[in-house]
Formats: sequence, structure tokens, C-alpha cells
Amino acid sequence: MTLKLGVPSKGRLMNDTFAWFGERGVKLGLSGGAREYAGRVEGADKVELVLLAAVEIPRELAAGRIHLGVTGIDMARERLARWDSQVAEVQRLGFGKAELVIAVPDFWVDVTTLDDLDEVATAFRDVHGHRLRIATKYHRLVRGFLRDNEVSDYQLVDSQGATEGTVKNLQAEAIADITTSGATLRDNHLRALDDGRILASEATLFKTRASVWDGGVREAWECLQSRLGLA
Amino acid sequence: MTDKSAIRAEADRLRALFEARGAEVFETDILQPAGALLDLYGEDIRARAFTTHDPLRGEMMLRPDFTMPLVQRHVTEGRDDGRYAYAGEVFRRQEDDPDRDAEYLQVGYEIFGGKVAVEADAEVFAAFAEILAPLGLRPATGDIGLLRAAIEGLDTSAARKAALMHHLWRPRRFRGLLNRCGQVTPAAEWRDAGSGIEFGLRTRAEVVARLDALETERAVAPLGAAVIGSIDALLDIRGKAPDALAALREIASELPSILPAIEVLATRLAALDALSVDADSLDFEVSYGRTTLEYYDGFVFGFFADQRPGLPPVASGGRYDALSRAIGGACGRPAVGGVLRPGLMLGLGSGS
Repeated sequence: MTLKLGVPSKGRLMNDTFAWFGERGVKLGLSGGAREYAGRVEGADKVELVLLAAVEIPRELAAGRIHLGVTGIDMARERLARWDSQVAEVQRLGFGKAELVIAVPDFWVDVTTLDDLDEVATAFRDVHGHRLRIATKYHRLVRGFLRDNEVSDYQLVDSQGATEGTVKNLQAEAIADITTSGATLRDNHLRALDDGRILASEATLFKTRASVWDGGVREAWECLQSRLGLA
Repeated sequence: MTDKSAIRAEADRLRALFEARGAEVFETDILQPAGALLDLYGEDIRARAFTTHDPLRGEMMLRPDFTMPLVQRHVTEGRDDGRYAYAGEVFRRQEDDPDRDAEYLQVGYEIFGGKVAVEADAEVFAAFAEILAPLGLRPATGDIGLLRAAIEGLDTSAARKAALMHHLWRPRRFRGLLNRCGQVTPAAEWRDAGSGIEFGLRTRAEVVARLDALETERAVAPLGAAVIGSIDALLDIRGKAPDALAALREIASELPSILPAIEVLATRLAALDALSVDADSLDFEVSYGRTTLEYYDGFVFGFFADQRPGLPPVASGGRYDALSRAIGGACGRPAVGGVLRPGLMLGLGSGS
């Protein structure tokens, strides 16, 4: 058995992950051309690189089909119910930092806090006949956050991309999305609530809690751990 | 694990007991349109119900309860009074607790209309108490009407009362609102209402209207500490029904608006007594039912198996006049009812 390490299959997250392991003497790379989703590992024995879409890594970890995986904290907590019973954080990697925030149109000068949003949601429903819509792809996280903060009278609408445009397109009244610098929010005339930060995320190495750590896998992990300076 | 056919047989037996009390049988689909449920219960229901998609009908939910389809049927048929029994599967997503069932049989009994509300309340509770008597469960009761009456009677603005009423089921937000009602609101420094580009469904006029409303609210005199203290004391009342009643009467000197609600409670206790329920030993708690679905607005009850801590309530119910009105509009009739869990009952030795 080999230790399977899941890494995002493209983009900046893949390159940053390769760089993070490379700095610690474990060279990860694509085996064929850049378009072939097969990887190779140099500098660690019995470790297999599995390239996956970042959103699929939590699920593959939970199922135990990979032992280790790099993905955002936001992905793991959004995709997995009771995430910490299914996976464990091994190491935060220091890149891919972003915040999940609730944002409203900037001209809503009367809304700066969750309390305001809650009041406005109730009034909105009276005026418009339906609940105030919040566009997001982070359904579990947003719903949990608003439940914990006892905000009601809203409704989530699914938005898998270009979420900042949904208010202008009349698909939603507010959004909950990942932001790094806030520039995209500002460009779309949106503003994060003062207390609307749901989660601070960054790329993180997770390991599965599924019972798939036998047949030499644990030994391979212990080797890799000391190689990476994590032990 | 109790055998499924045994649970079904128990469900049939229980439904027949309600039918013997004059209830007609109600049947409805397992797949329900999601839109109406979402509008009524809010986003919470999506976290608790299984959602699926029909290519032509759109978003659907596996029946989370029978209440909404039953109220809809009652309203659509333009009925006045009605008495229903049902038995069937309900489905609840369990995000946090793998030991709780995602699918189980539920048996219900619901009374619409009726001349005197407290008599219907008492009738439903007495029926449940009688059926559950062999299991030695602990009944818990409450009445959301008391808190509603207390809020209604506060010497504050209609907007503040509406907000408190709206958040009755969210204790922390309620607490925060109540605290704010007790203080002078400091002048807020809002940005100029003309700033920023206007877009989306909510208009700048709505922004301005809210700023104006907040300014008006600032002029409302804060509630006295004594009144807020009485609301706190009211929320804390719990004990045997006669003691709770005495405590309520004492508090009513500070909160006279709850007097009619206290009389409703007293009349209900008398009605229960007339139906051979030992009202003197009944537990009563003013806050009971405040953390469940935003659903009940009067009498509430539950039956608990204290010998099996962690077990969900074996039965629960209450009055839901507001829900009935929300679905039926002017045709919505006052309604009270409750549900049993035959699977849990069998596990506790029912039917044997």
C-alpha cells in the first residue's frame, strides 16, 4: 500500500502546494505533460500523488480513498458534516488565505452589522413578499453562521460563480463569498458587514480519520512527516 | 432495533385510537413542494429536510411533517371545524447526531376550530396523556401566549413590540432586543444616505425609510428596569402548575397585560382536570417551547422518557393559530394538535 496524497489539480493552489513540499525536500510534479493528471513524487518513499479538483478533496478524504489532502479550510467545513469527525487538520500551509464574508450593497448605509441585516430582512419580506436572498456556494457554513447568530427571514440561493454579480442581476439581495483583498467586492459596489466574517480559510494539509492507515501506510506517513518537519 | 412491521402496526393502533375520538384519516404525499415549506419555515427547514429535484415540479422535499399539508387541505376545502388523524413516515436530515433517525413513523392528531380554544387544548393533551399513560413519561407544558401577552402590553413602540414578538423563538436575539428597549439609543453616525450606486431589489427609498424609522425609534422612551426585570422573572417561572399559576399572578402586578393569558391558563387547567388529568402535578414552564420551530403560539406540550436521556421527545404538540393563519389567510382556523413516535413508544414497551 502507498500513502495517497491528494493535491488540487491546477492553478495557483497546485503550484503553491508543490512549492511548499519542494521547500521541504519533497518534490511533487506532473508526470507527463501539463495536461496529464498524473503525478510523481521524489524524495519520499511509498507516497503517491493524486491530482483532484480542490472541491473533491474533502469527500475523497472522508471516504478514505486518499490518506492526505491539501484543500482550503472552507472546502473541508462546507463539504463535510461534522468535518472534524471525518478529517483532521495536520498543518496550515500559509497560502490560499481568504475570508468567507457576508456582503451587502455599499449604498445600504443602514446595514453595517448582522443585527441590521436581521431587521432589514424582516422589513424586506413585508415589502417584497419573499425572503431576503443571500447568494452563495457555501450553504452549510452560511446557514450555520446565521443560525448561531439567530438571523432569520433570509433564504439562500445557490451561486457557483460570479456571485458578486447576483445582486445587480436581481438574483439575490446580499452575498456570502470568499474574498482575499476585498477588491472584487468593492468593484461590484458591495461591502462586507462589520461582524459578517464567517470563516478565515487557508490551504491546509488534512488527513483522513477513516481506518485506512494499515499495510505500511502509517510508516510511510511517519517518514513523510519527519521529512516535512511536521513530526 | 424494533421491527419495522411492528412499528407500523403500532402506528395503525395509535391512529385508530384517535379515529375512535372522532378524527377522520388524513393522507398526503411523501414528496411535497419545497417552496411553500421554505417560505413558511425559512432556511432552517432546508437544513432539516431532505431536498430533491423533480425535473418538472422543481425543488421538492421529503415530507418533514404533516402539519402544513393538513392545514392547506383544511383551508382549500373551506372547512370550518375539523378533526384529523394521520400516520406515516416523516424525514429529517441529521447533520450533527448520527444516533437520531433520519426517517421515522409519526402519528398525529389535530383539531381545527372548535368553540373554545382551551377545551380543544385540553382535549388533545388528555388524549395524548391517556395513550401514553402506560409508559410512565414525564409531561412538560408551557404557554407561549403568556410571553406574547407580556410583550403586547409593554409601554413601547409598535415597532419594538413587533421585533420582540418576531424574535420570541430566538432567545439571545430576544434578550439583546429587550436590553436595547431598556436603554436610550445613542445617536448613530450613518453615512450619507445618498452615497453609493443604487442597484438590486432593495431601493434607496427603503434605506432612507429605515434610517428615518431608526431616528423615530430613538425618541421612544426606554422601558423601566422593573418591567424588564418582570419579563425576566416571567421567563424563569417553572414548577407544578398551581405554583406556576400563583407566581404568574404575583408578577401580573408589574405586567397587568398578562392577566387574560393567566385566566386562559387557569381555565385550561380546569378543563384538563375535568378530563381526569391531574393538573396539580403537571409541570409548567413559561419558556417551554421557545427553542423549537417557530410554530406554536399558545399551549405547548411534550412527553419525555427521563429513563432514557438523549431520547427525543416521545410526543409533542401545541396550538398553532398563527401558522394556520399564515397558510390560510382569513380562512385559517385556530388549530391545536400533536404527534407521537410509535417507534420510540415500542422501544419503551408500548402495546405489550
